[in-house]
Amino acid sequence: MIITKPKKLDDILGHINGRPVFIVGCSECATLCHTGGEDEVSSMKDALKNKNIDVTGWVVLEPACHLQNDKRLLKSHKKEVDKAEKILVLACGNGVQTVSEVLKDFNVISGTDTLFLGEIKHASEFEKRCIMCGDCLLDLFEGFCPVSRCPKSMLNGPCGGSKNGKCEVDLDMDCVWDAIYKFLKEKGRLHQLEEIRKPKDWSRSIDMRRIL
Amino acid sequence: MRHRSNLERILLDKGFAVTAEIGPPKGSDPDTIRQKGDMLGGYADAFNITDNQTAVVRMSSMAGCCILLNMKLEPIMQMACRDKNRIALQSDLLGAAAIGIRNILCITGDHQSSGNHPSAKGVYDIDSIQLIQIIKNMRDDGIFQSGDAILSGRPDVFIGATANPFADPYEFMVDRLEKKIRAGANFIQTQSVFNVDKFELWMDEVRSRGLDKEVHILAGVTPLKSLKMTERMKFHVPGVDVPDKIFDRMKTAKDQKEEGYRIALELIDRIKRVKGIHGLHITALFWEDIIPSLIEGSGLLTRS
Repeated sequence: MIITKPKKLDDILGHINGRPVFIVGCSECATLCHTGGEDEVSSMKDALKNKNIDVTGWVVLEPACHLQNDKRLLKSHKKEVDKAEKILVLACGNGVQTVSEVLKDFNVISGTDTLFLGEIKHASEFEKRCIMCGDCLLDLFEGFCPVSRCPKSMLNGPCGGSKNGKCEVDLDMDCVWDAIYKFLKEKGRLHQLEEIRKPKDWSRSIDMRRIL
Repeated sequence: MRHRSNLERILLDKGFAVTAEIGPPKGSDPDTIRQKGDMLGGYADAFNITDNQTAVVRMSSMAGCCILLNMKLEPIMQMACRDKNRIALQSDLLGAAAIGIRNILCITGDHQSSGNHPSAKGVYDIDSIQLIQIIKNMRDDGIFQSGDAILSGRPDVFIGATANPFADPYEFMVDRLEKKIRAGANFIQTQSVFNVDKFELWMDEVRSRGLDKEVHILAGVTPLKSLKMTERMKFHVPGVDVPDKIFDRMKTAKDQKEEGYRIALELIDRIKRVKGIHGLHITALFWEDIIPSLIEGSGLLTRS
């Protein structure tokens, strides 16, 4: 799932600059992240009204990254949209861009920061699992991804900063290499780490801009 | 015996080598490197110039090495993977070899979050092991990482790498050393050793696999300058193991500098007798003026 977190209300207010707003949410990832579901859209509406901002209406798109659905749903809210100057989108960076594509004459504002492709561990706890590099190496590392989960993307074992299973960058973060090592040790397959992994082919992440 | 650098010559002759780290300045003044070079020339066989260590911006390693070369001192150019992709790293290597740098130390690099530009984008296109292999292939086979051929002049360098006997998972650290050797490392400079017992265990495993015969291992030594620095090393620098005993000695010392110096002498005395160790790498962390008396005090001035 695409993990997002809300931007600060003050930052959003700075972009809105007192103008009338139409709020857009998303039925998928942003709903599960509690950043852009119906509840969050409703709270945002109240928060803006408290600041004397005119909220002309709202919609939760299904989902915001779906161009054809966006066209259809936003058309059904044309009246409220047309009364607004600003469109506040509570969805991921993709959702914001798709809405911008549909509502070309409006100033579209992002209400969230998009963080990563991650796992839902608990209701409000998410962990990075993938950076969509286009060249998946998970088969080499037993389902653990050091490209996305190691801050240095090490492919040949942990750096010298791994201590007690934690990462030098953030002591609350598990060292993915420690996890890989322990997993392979338990399975008796540590020899898999002997091979020197070649530099990654990053051209795959650049070529794959469009799939038909 | 054919050698690429003075450091390699000493190690091939089975001598005991001493290298020392010179931290370049946070500024463009070349005299800070010249002064350290003047002070340390004759006390060490080669000098590491760090590459923006701890992710703090300093004068570039290649420029620092160039200043040392002009003083007829031998540099070891450190290359970190944090700030440059494979194109920049290979280009730097060609440039370094062109101006006469003959020793390279390959490191992945401290993460940018710990430095003075925490909002920087880290590169990490390749890791240190891949960098070692790329340099070896450029040197021995005349090919770039892409497979493209080097057209005029292979970089004839002595390739170094680091090893940390104190990092976790502890059991993997000798495997990782072995990987660096297979990638092409000719010499190793270890993390600063304070816990000699643990270091000896690591070296036992290194020798049992015969790795001390395949690579020259220089053990890291860092003199502790103050209690504050000891605290930082013990609690905040990733991958350093300062035993409580040493910490307590620094804590109760009347003269912390003197105590730190004495501890360093004791460490050197034990470490230099560990079987399979071919030299020392002294990292004095901006206390470089202690190095001459450390070398004299430990009887290493007249080493062969």
